[in-house]
Formats: sequence, C-alpha cells, structure tokens
Amino acid sequence: MRVFIPTPLRSYTAGRAEVDGSGATVAELLDHLDAAFPGIRFRMIDEQDRIRRHMRIFVNREAVRDLDARLLPTDEVQILQALSGG
Amino acid sequence: MILMVGTRKGAWLYEGDLARKTWSVEGPHFLGHIVNHLVLDPRDGQTMVMAAKTGHLGPTIFRSADRGRNWTEATRPPAFSKEGQQGRAVSHTFWLTPGHRSEPGVWWAGTSPPGLFRSADGGATWDGVAGWNENPMLPKWAPPDAGTPDGPLLAEIVIDPRAAAHMYIATSAGGVFESLDQAASWRPLNKGVEANFLPDPYPEYGQDAHAIALHPLRPDRLYQQNHCGIYRIDRPSDTWERIGRNMPADVGDIGFPIVLHPRDADTAWVFPMDGSTVWPRTSPGGRPAAYRTRDGGATWERQDRGFPREQGWFTVKRQAFAADACDPLGLYLGTTGGELWMSGDEGKMWRQVATHLPEIYSVVAATLG
Repeated sequence: MRVFIPTPLRSYTAGRAEVDGSGATVAELLDHLDAAFPGIRFRMIDEQDRIRRHMRIFVNREAVRDLDARLLPTDEVQILQALSGG
Repeated sequence: MILMVGTRKGAWLYEGDLARKTWSVEGPHFLGHIVNHLVLDPRDGQTMVMAAKTGHLGPTIFRSADRGRNWTEATRPPAFSKEGQQGRAVSHTFWLTPGHRSEPGVWWAGTSPPGLFRSADGGATWDGVAGWNENPMLPKWAPPDAGTPDGPLLAEIVIDPRAAAHMYIATSAGGVFESLDQAASWRPLNKGVEANFLPDPYPEYGQDAHAIALHPLRPDRLYQQNHCGIYRIDRPSDTWERIGRNMPADVGDIGFPIVLHPRDADTAWVFPMDGSTVWPRTSPGGRPAAYRTRDGGATWERQDRGFPREQGWFTVKRQAFAADACDPLGLYLGTTGGELWMSGDEGKMWRQVATHLPEIYSVVAATLG
C-alpha cells in the first residue's frame, strides 16, 4: 500500500515522501516500516504503543487512533504531523 | 579544546586553539532538534553521545564514533518497559554520563519522567535500570506530576571514580539518592537540605536538586546547587551543610549549575539567579556574575568583569556551565539568550565566544588528545 511520509521523518526514508508498506493492521504496517527504516516507529509511537501527541495517521483520509485498525492492500495511508510551537 | 553546545534548536561544536583565544564553529548538527545534552567520552576521546528530540517526534539518542563528523541513531533509545495505556513514556533524555573508566562502552542516561537507563555498547542500545525504574518507592521519590516546566527530571548521574558501584543521582522532585550496588538499590541522601515548598521543609526526600558535583580528587566531597540553596557534604557524613548561607544576602544562593575546580576540592563556582518573588530565574538585579569559593564555601567572591554591568538578564541552565582541565582553568557558560561566554583565567575576566545561538541547554568542555 502507498504510505505518505511527512518531512520530519524523511531522514529515515532517504528523503522519500512516499514509500511502499504492508500489513493487515496499522501496527503491522508500522512494524514493517520500522524494519525498512530502522528507528522511524519510535519517533511516532511511544513505548506504550500510544501515537505521539502531534502525530496523525490517516487511512483513506480517515483519522485512525487505534493501532489495531484493519488495513487493505489498496488502502492509502498518510502520516502527518500537526506542528505547533516556536 | 572542544566545546559541545546543546541548544533548543540543534548542537554546535566550538574548537579552540591551545591558548583558547580563537574558536572555530562547526554546526549546526541536527538543526531543529532539542539537544538536551551532548557529551564526549573521555575514555576514548572520540565517541560523542547526544540526547535529542524534536517538539513532535519521539526522543532518541545519536552517536558519533568520530567526534561529530558522522552520526548514527541508537537502535534502541531509552524507553520504559511495557506498562499499558497509562504507562510511562520517556519524554526526553536529559542527562548523559559516561560510565566508570573500568567499564569502557558503558553509559548512563537520566530522563523525564525520572528514569535511569544504561547502555553497554557506547549508546547504541539502552536498557531500563530496574533498581530505579521499577523501585516500589519511585512513585513517592519521583512523583510523575511534580517537577520542572519541562517535566520531572532525573537530572544528573555521578559515579565515584574509586568504585563503579557507587553512584549518586539528582532528581527534581526527590532530591539526591545514593547507590552502593551500581543502581540495584537506592537510598535518599537529603538530610539538611531544605524543601521550602513542602509542609515539612526538611523531609527525607522531596527536595529539588538542580545539580550535584563530586570532586574527582576527593570523591567523598560533593557540592549541590539546589532549588533551596548551595550545599556541601563530606562523606561519610550524611548531612549536607548549607554553604550558600555565606553568599551575599542581596544575591542569595539560588541557581542551577555548580562547577568544581578539578585540581582543588575547595574551589567551586555558581551562577546565581533571582529566586525571589515569582522566581524570575535571571541574574539578580540584571547584573550577571559568577561567584567563586576557594575555601569550601566559607566565603564567596564575585566574578563579573567582562559581563554587562547592568541590564544583563542572564539565565544559565544547570548543564550550561562547565570547566575545562587547563591551567589556568577555563570556564564556559551558555545563556538561554543564546550567548556563549568563557573565562580563560578561572573567572577573573569573561568574554563572549558566540552570540545569536538558540536557547542554550548544555555546554560541555573537553580537551582533545
């Protein structure tokens, strides 16, 4: 499936804005991304499996907060950051 | 000589000539990252470890094996064990300490919320230290809702040069703790230290230890800059003495950092801040100065030559005041206004090394081999 990567995380994807991902759930997709781009998951998800505060994951433009949410190979996943602060 | 400067927006390295007259700047490294601490391993003179995060990405550790030329990310940064949806998560790593010289590759890290982590591979992978992180007393020693504006801190880790097993830590809501078994167990060490923000102003624990320093040549002597004053302890005594009582009353003894002279256990520097009324945390009266004692805190002298004579509202954070090992000793400090200052003559005269940096969080000085 297509996965869009926000600029703050592109140091992990060699600058790529879009990568190919796989997994039956968001959690599996994140594990797959971390295997391909080591370290990327912990910058988005904390050690208690909570999505970090300013991180947003959209599946087919619907916000997802549950890592167990199901995914289909045809889904489009956008990872976005709600930037704030000075 | 190299200065490692961590700021709210990245890290910079300043390399000085032998006379410490001219400095060349190299950076920024990780522009936009909050760099709480950047430390060179004195055991190999090459490895640098950096505590970093951004405002929105999770916390991590970057390592360099070639003194900052190339960086790699830790494959397992400090993180608490699985505790469920209400469990602790590391907000940021605040403090880094290279391990005892008998243990090359070992590093220790202190985090917010107050966690203790250890690496045995030069900072590549980190494990939680159960003797602190899982200690049944921890909810009382380090309440998760108490602490600094940046969250509660395990603010500093100190290792006795005589014995790797003997450690001290400073925390923002529990005070100082000591371990004799390399962090397997801990006990409070706060007798005589005030906590004027608690109903019992001299509790067993609950103090706010801003910074501690152990003298390398006399490791039974520690100094402490606390939220409530400047203290010294000479072990095996378990009671701190408030040597800040000897500071001028109109300056007070509140501040964040404390720096020791590596060759003289009676000499230390503080950088007082205004801890009156609503705690401006700026130089008292707008007149920045370091204060030096040369007699273990019995007397203090003001060192302000070179600093602004008025309207200088410096704030110097606890990690942002450092000494080198040269003779005469060099002193270095960074302000939250992004100014880097130094003295090449043990504080007699100060001069600006850099300005216009982001808010400075930490300054570490190291002599290059």
